[in-house]
Amino acid sequence: MTLEYHVISTLVEDKPGVLQKVAGMFNRRGFNIDSITVGNSEVEGQSRMVITVHADEKGLEQVMKQLNKLIDVIKIKDITQNAVKRELCLVKVNVPNAEARAEIMQYTNIFRAHILDVSEETLLIELTGDKKKVNAFISLVENFGIKRIARTGLTAMSRGV
Amino acid sequence: MRGGEAIIESLKNMGVKTIFGYPGGQTIPFYDMLYDADIDHILVRHEQAAAHAADGYARASGRVGVCLATSGPGATNLVTGIGTAFMDSSPIVAITGQVPTHLIGNDAFQEADIIGITMPIVKHSFQPKDPDLIPSMIKTSFEIASTGRPGPVLIDVPKEVQEGELTKFVDTLIDTPGYNPTIKGNIRQIKKARDLIKEAKRPLILAGAGVIISNACCELKKLAETINAPVMTSLLGKGAFDETNDLALGMLGMHGRKVSNDYINESDLLIAIGVRFSDRTTGRLDSFVPDTKVIHIDIDPAEIGKNVDVDLPIVGDARNILESLNKVLKDYKVSDEVNNWTDMIKAKKQELLPRVTYDDVPLKPQSVIREIAEVLTPESILTTDVGQNQMWAAHFFDTQKPRKFISSGGLGTMGFGFPAAIGAKVACPDNPVVSINGDGGFLMVCQELATVREYDIPVIAVVLENRTLGMVYQWQSLLYDERHSQTLLGNSPDFVKLAESFGVNAERITKPGETKEALTKAIKDNEPVLLNVVIDSEEALPMLPPGAGINEMIGEYKLEKDVI
Repeated sequence: MTLEYHVISTLVEDKPGVLQKVAGMFNRRGFNIDSITVGNSEVEGQSRMVITVHADEKGLEQVMKQLNKLIDVIKIKDITQNAVKRELCLVKVNVPNAEARAEIMQYTNIFRAHILDVSEETLLIELTGDKKKVNAFISLVENFGIKRIARTGLTAMSRGV
Repeated sequence: MRGGEAIIESLKNMGVKTIFGYPGGQTIPFYDMLYDADIDHILVRHEQAAAHAADGYARASGRVGVCLATSGPGATNLVTGIGTAFMDSSPIVAITGQVPTHLIGNDAFQEADIIGITMPIVKHSFQPKDPDLIPSMIKTSFEIASTGRPGPVLIDVPKEVQEGELTKFVDTLIDTPGYNPTIKGNIRQIKKARDLIKEAKRPLILAGAGVIISNACCELKKLAETINAPVMTSLLGKGAFDETNDLALGMLGMHGRKVSNDYINESDLLIAIGVRFSDRTTGRLDSFVPDTKVIHIDIDPAEIGKNVDVDLPIVGDARNILESLNKVLKDYKVSDEVNNWTDMIKAKKQELLPRVTYDDVPLKPQSVIREIAEVLTPESILTTDVGQNQMWAAHFFDTQKPRKFISSGGLGTMGFGFPAAIGAKVACPDNPVVSINGDGGFLMVCQELATVREYDIPVIAVVLENRTLGMVYQWQSLLYDERHSQTLLGNSPDFVKLAESFGVNAERITKPGETKEALTKAIKDNEPVLLNVVIDSEEALPMLPPGAGINEMIGEYKLEKDVI
């Protein structure tokens, strides 16, 4: 069976140790997590965790069931097919000369990214988008030399009601 | 009321009469409050035994077993017992002391992150940071441990929380919106199961521990008899179906009965109830029931399709589902084809009965198990350790009733059998309790002889002595060119003297008939006893080698019919 990326949105109890439980379960059962993002949800005392996992169909079914078994996990949904997916990426790029600076700023505009900090030798750029867009931007500015990258991992929300 | 008193009060409210434990620095406040409390505490001699005893108590009675240990090493010593209970879905509540909250994280003396350490092997865990939370957490722990698919729950109580005064005693269940075990089976699925059963010409039932846990044994018997289907069990399913019944085939798996292993793939419908299809039960998966339709009934949806692909899953409590299934099968008439199949299997069963009649010296373990079986009533409880002793007991002993065969299946924990027997005896004081051990595993827990003496717990420990770590020895004989690396125990202790040094009566048994005689006397005396039975160290069990299919056993399977 072929491995595919799946995006799973889960509502979990906002308690210490829950992230550890979820991450530990993935590790123990040999599932590959690509990313996990956690933050407050619309319900007090509950967090939303968005997990991207690399799995085949059977693996995904097990992931969902094993997640469901954790008592601190309240709801889970596979939203791979119909969701808005976004990741925030901060990237610090070397700026060797004025020409490069102009070029990088141009890319920043095209990608609707923002420059957050400027120094003589670097630009700090903030970019949001799905994984593909972030990867594309990084590969464009790579030529100038990347000093640092910080990515949040994917968060996502299903479309419609 | 202080935190420790709230623990005791809550346990009493949950119906707990006995706890198994071992004190230490961070549980001194609790033990001080226990001093005046009317709840029994059994002081084991190693914390691991407390967990196994709580587990044995739970398996024998169906009630939650409780064990207690201090922080740090006390808590980590519980880990093997908690893992054992987790793998076999046994409801225990483990309470540990913890260093005071302000020291947590400082690497304080005897501090261990027991919540973190046990996370993968508990059903859930709690750490009350306020004494007011204790009653609710204990009540919720019992609820979680004993419902759905049962399992261990840990409560880690910091020292100052044990000492702190409660403002009020409130024991409402904690809201757990993520915990809703499915009990009732989907009726559409149940009707589909009925249709599959009606179409089947060669049905078989595989029963596991889920049948015992959900008290579904009567319903299982009714189903088997209604549809006239032979029944095999997993190791932990022993007792789910009376193994002296004509329809019972015995255990399936790596060391299963030949008739079960040989004929399971001939069936056209397998009704699997409360089993998780462990690798030790199925052998290589692609040659396990390749042409058989599978109905899988289990309370844990994660077990469905985990190992074996199923044609029809039914999630829910086995008893609830079997009740419904029996109802919709009311008008079921057994076809000639099914009768022929079942008659054929019954005949094969008789033909393939394993040999238990020997008069050899050194004793054959099969004959020792037979002698034990001849003495024990159906109400007697048999616990086993892990290894050859376990498989001999499982293979050659016919268990007739649920909760009467207690063994560490999933984790396969050596040192389980004897302390589990202590727990079983405490839970069921009127039932004879016999634990079957090897000389390797017994030495891991022999200090509990002090416990059975101190509390006059009349458990009978059979120690089968072959001076080898027999199961590994057997693998080395069969699969590793007889290179017996580190499996010869050499100079074992004199088990009779060992027991006597604890004040426990013991007997050394070397000849046929002596086991029966000594066991009869031990049960009559109602005293803790050790029976040191010397057996043939070269006796091996037929087995599935790793990677083999269910019907590819190696090793000679000796038959009773060949006894001259």
